[in-house]
Amino acid sequence: MKTKGKPVWGLLGPYTLWAAVFIVVPLIFVAYYAFTDNSFSFTFDNLLRFFNDRSQVGDTEVRTYMLIFWRSLKLAVISTVICFVLGYPLAYIMSRASDRNQKIMMTLIMIPMWMNFLIRTYAWMTILQDTGLLNGFLTRIGLEKIHIIGTEGAVVIGMVYDYLPYMVLPIYSVMAKLDVRLIEAARDLGCNNFGVLRRVIFPLSMPGVLSGINMVLIPSVSTFYISQKLGNGKFFLIGDAIEGQYVANNLHFAAAMAFILMIILIAMMALIKKFTNDMAYGGEEV
Amino acid sequence: MKKIIELKNISKSFDGEKVLDNISLDIYDNEFLTLLGPSGCGKTTTLRIIGGFEQPDEGDVLFMGERINDVPAHKRNVNTVFQRYALFPHLDVYENVAFSLRERKVAKDEVDRQVTEMLSLVMLSNFAHRKVTSLSGGQQQRVAIARALIARPKVLLLDEPLGALDLKLRKDMQQELKKIQKATGITFIFVTHDQEEALTMSDTVVVMSDGRIQQIGTPTDVYNEPQNAFVADFIGESNIVDGIMLEDFKVKFSGHTFECVDKGFERGEAVDVVVRPEDVDIVREEDGMLRGVVTSVTFMGVHYEIIVDIGGFKWMIQTTDFVDVDEHIGLSIEPDAIQIMKKSEYSGMFGDYSTYSDEAEELSEIELGELEEFESAGVDDED
Repeated sequence: MKTKGKPVWGLLGPYTLWAAVFIVVPLIFVAYYAFTDNSFSFTFDNLLRFFNDRSQVGDTEVRTYMLIFWRSLKLAVISTVICFVLGYPLAYIMSRASDRNQKIMMTLIMIPMWMNFLIRTYAWMTILQDTGLLNGFLTRIGLEKIHIIGTEGAVVIGMVYDYLPYMVLPIYSVMAKLDVRLIEAARDLGCNNFGVLRRVIFPLSMPGVLSGINMVLIPSVSTFYISQKLGNGKFFLIGDAIEGQYVANNLHFAAAMAFILMIILIAMMALIKKFTNDMAYGGEEV
Repeated sequence: MKKIIELKNISKSFDGEKVLDNISLDIYDNEFLTLLGPSGCGKTTTLRIIGGFEQPDEGDVLFMGERINDVPAHKRNVNTVFQRYALFPHLDVYENVAFSLRERKVAKDEVDRQVTEMLSLVMLSNFAHRKVTSLSGGQQQRVAIARALIARPKVLLLDEPLGALDLKLRKDMQQELKKIQKATGITFIFVTHDQEEALTMSDTVVVMSDGRIQQIGTPTDVYNEPQNAFVADFIGESNIVDGIMLEDFKVKFSGHTFECVDKGFERGEAVDVVVRPEDVDIVREEDGMLRGVVTSVTFMGVHYEIIVDIGGFKWMIQTTDFVDVDEHIGLSIEPDAIQIMKKSEYSGMFGDYSTYSDEAEELSEIELGELEEFESAGVDDED
């Protein structure tokens, strides 16, 4: 192993350096800023501020950043669930389609990703505005206008639109590799289409579902641009809060929030992984 | 005996290529029937049509007298042991075997009773809670059999189930499968390209080639009385020469007139004559009905395999007597060792050992094996 180790390290070297400079060092800086004050002496104040800052909303006093965090989490979870509900059947249909149709569907899913997501978000603004395309269409077919821009719904639509491919692709790639014989075996043993899906395809596609959830949930929780544009700034999310503090040159507090967010996300990921593993292996009906 | 499955004039094409060409076959209760043929002969497609995984383009599939063409796989009282087993990797041995019972919502202690019984039948009682991926090939094979049998099918379909096992294990499993079939009384339809396997295990052998059935019969029938050159060549070794039927019980080939036990041909009809290598006796040259020169001798353990040049046609002879290369010998053939066949499309394609060498044989077997691996790895392979 020792003799074999050298060339491997040789190949890993550049990547290790890259990872150190662009991933590890910034993370250390985040942690360092999070635990220091403006004169760079050690403190917990930044972290405590995240939990303790209060403000007045209407008649009630709330913990400002906790409220923002829970709102971010709520919208992210809703978006992830919608992405899953839309994306799973889509991935399934894609994986069962003919080679040609699989390629076509794949391209259709990828095309929006070729556009910058800021532009995509602007596009949604023009669609969802009170005088936008959607309402224009509704008026034309004789329906009432709806007010959607600046609501949580608009933010969720934006997130689902942006992140859906990240749910579909990992699930699709797992399903496409699924051995058809397993499906035939399940059918042979008495499963109808739904039974095959429930007892074979779903548990075996869990790894794809897991990475799909990871790839949608994490960016949704920390998103900041979509909420500003589609929420008309009324839905301050944790990403917006971090950005705001950062822009206001309040680096230590921004770092503290980023740090806390990171810890919470890591914990959530671990929980989801444990949960999906239990479902995929050995958890069936016992 | 009761007919359990009838195939009536089944044809099937994939992408315009005919895979099954007007197949008709009756399968009886309690029978161990083998579909035997080289890869691409349509045997697996036949099995998949019975299992409900393919629809025939033409013809009918009858199950106990009822047409089941449109009955989906999960509603057929037929189960399959798949090539490479297709065990569910996310379930342990117990849950794999219990799969069909769970689908039918069988009560928990009944599931337990049946799975325990089935695991002991296939001698895997101690492996109930192992992951299937941690099992050896032979053990996975047994799980696949147990999983299919527990659904109590009328018919069990086995798609080259022993193909991935090594020789020793394969022989053991052949015996075991035969035992299980006897014990359960379930009709087994077994697909293989291994003629030896087919002969040792089956009650009935169906020899297939080019999407057609070449011969249906007991193992002794298809070995001793092959109906055409393809069957004679595919099952065992055969010398196949052109002959002329002079009259009943009299055939002329290789320049000599032989007595035989066949009749019912036209006078002077051209026929294919089959003589098995082990049915030829070596005698002194002057006593021989045929005379020739030994061109090669191979020691096979139990016997020698020698190639003899008789008037330019090379015969294979298996003998326990040693003869030397270049020796001139005489051959004697008993009447009942001669099998006369009608001319067929396969005439002249097989049964001449002039290009024969052990190396070439091995080579082509390896190629065949690889080809099949490749095919079975594919998704839409038909055979």
